[in-house]
Amino acid sequence: MIWIAIRMLTGDPQKFFGLVFGIAFSTLLITQQLTIFVNLLERGASGVYNVSSADVWVMDPVSRTTDVAYAMPSTALDKVRGVPGVEWAVPHIRAQASVRTKDGDLEGVAVIGVDDATLIGLPKNMVEGSIDVLSQPDSVIIDDVGTTRMFPGQSPIGERLELNDQRAVIRGIADAVPSFTSTVVLYTKYSQALNYVPGTRNRLSFVLVGAENPAEAKALSEKIEEETGLKAQTREEFARDGVQFIIDNTGIPLNFGITVALGFIVGVAIVGLTFSLFIRDNIKQFGALKAIGVTNGKIRRMVAAQAGLVGLIGYGLGVLGTVGFIQAFSSNPTFKGFYIPWQIPLISAAAVTIILALTGWLALRSVLKTEPASVFR
Amino acid sequence: MGKKMDTSAIGGCNPEAAICTRAVTRDFQAGQQTITVLHGIDLDVKAGELTFLVGESGSGKTTLISIMCGILWPTQGEVKVFGTDIYDLSDDELVEFRLNNIGFIFQQYNLIPSIDAASNAAVPLIAQGMERHEAREKAVAMLEKLNIGDQADKLPNQLSGGQQQRVAIARALVHEPRLVVCDEPTAALDAASGRRVMDLLREVAVAEDRACIIVTHDNRIFDMADRILVLEDGKVTHDGDHMPEDH
Ligand SMILES: Nc1ncnc2c1ncn2[C@@H]1O[C@H](COP(=O)(O)OP(=O)(O)OP(=O)(O)O)[C@@H](O)[C@H]1O
Ligand SMILES: [Mg+2]
Repeated sequence: MIWIAIRMLTGDPQKFFGLVFGIAFSTLLITQQLTIFVNLLERGASGVYNVSSADVWVMDPVSRTTDVAYAMPSTALDKVRGVPGVEWAVPHIRAQASVRTKDGDLEGVAVIGVDDATLIGLPKNMVEGSIDVLSQPDSVIIDDVGTTRMFPGQSPIGERLELNDQRAVIRGIADAVPSFTSTVVLYTKYSQALNYVPGTRNRLSFVLVGAENPAEAKALSEKIEEETGLKAQTREEFARDGVQFIIDNTGIPLNFGITVALGFIVGVAIVGLTFSLFIRDNIKQFGALKAIGVTNGKIRRMVAAQAGLVGLIGYGLGVLGTVGFIQAFSSNPTFKGFYIPWQIPLISAAAVTIILALTGWLALRSVLKTEPASVFR
Repeated sequence: MGKKMDTSAIGGCNPEAAICTRAVTRDFQAGQQTITVLHGIDLDVKAGELTFLVGESGSGKTTLISIMCGILWPTQGEVKVFGTDIYDLSDDELVEFRLNNIGFIFQQYNLIPSIDAASNAAVPLIAQGMERHEAREKAVAMLEKLNIGDQADKLPNQLSGGQQQRVAIARALVHEPRLVVCDEPTAALDAASGRRVMDLLREVAVAEDRACIIVTHDNRIFDMADRILVLEDGKVTHDGDHMPEDH
């Protein structure tokens, strides 16, 4: 009977494709939007992700994220170094600046100054050039998003910039996770950054700490707080803070929430309507089957099989569509590094299941209510 | 759905009878009003005969045949089909009983448009759980018996109305049911085609251990019945092998 049910459905291509389209559309919208949402949120933590070697971030107690930080006096570094369990601690500066390109364009950038000696604070990988270029005078390394933004279609290597009225020469391209706003990032040595960033005292944004025992970073951060009076967050905590900051301070969750809800509602509407039409068109046949001797239990299984087939194909197409979308835009800096967290396909699968269970149940009701005696009318 | 009624006061059924109804009544609710469509029908239908149920429109023919084949509960009375008190069965048992014992020929055929003639004819066997290819083979054999074996692979909409009806007849007979019911098989056909269908039904549907009941008000085929039951206003007013003179 399952075979008959499937043939009934596929024998009506219009409705079949309508149903598959509805599910695929919902799946695509839900999966794709949730994927973008999660990846965008994670951009809030990009500053942390880009410095993979730091186990603990130490900052002024009022600082909140890598981008919302209040500067500390440089003595903070020594205080942190004095805490037992700290294997190494290096200064890290993050500041906003404006650059003037040689074409005269003005661009807001983030300047990141990394420890002169160890260069800890740079992204792990370079797209072009080596991190050693920072030892040359006035050197900066630009991130790859900055390259596509400021130098579309050309190489930035050797380009001169005017950075807060100071000379800077781009000598390398870093492979970095873009920030939430895709701001251009220029990496330079800490000592050089002090030249670029205005002000005289208190320009140390963070102290990056490597723990003697990285597994006990949490305990170390608590100890640093205790002994220095500064705020210390583990890598994971600070990444979460960055994400939370975006959740708290942007309309993103609401906007994406609305789109996802729309995907669900439109799915229910398309699938529900098409399913009901399909059942209505076939109600005589279902009635005949019931008269001939197909139990309601078997009818239920038939409709479930129809819903299951539609669900499988539609869901598959929707997820494939999302993968295709991510692939197609992977070279676009806005979508750089986007991936589909495994939970998201599960969420859309649950949504699809609910859509089909709901609409299938509605459609089924009319079949179950059909009196077998109606076949003689 | 009022189920089993007290029938102890009614005469028992002849164990030989294929179908036996005792004091069957059926009411329908029309708004506030209750209309009684069948008034105490007592009938015995024998196997091996072509039995016609005739009467004017609205006389209750379809209602009665629906009750006799287990798709419509009587308001009162007892219905036995080959000895089984069918309205004493549970819902699922009754469905199972229909699947194994009754063949239906619907006026509108109700074929499934997206499966071919043989698969349509095989539906009862498939519903019984027979493997699909085996069921199809049997269905094709039945279609051959009905002279449309060469149409087995065609979809219903590729067949003429008459061919579709034969597929519907094949579907009613493929599982060799003991009771075949048929509502107005000739209503949509011209006289000659109507007689051909009746010849066919007589040839394939009537068997020694099978009862065959045909509802009709088509007077062009009355002469083809073995037995004619006339229903008037929900009562059987004539029972014989001919139509009464005044009809
Ligand atoms: N489901 C129903 N609800 C209400 N009334 C019904 C229902 N089914 C039948 N009736 C009524 O019962 C009466 C008998 O109907 P039935 O269909 O049995 O007549 P029939 O003899 O088959 O007529 P026809 O030759 O027109 O098919 C009619 O008056 C009809 O309106
Ligand atoms: Mg009728």
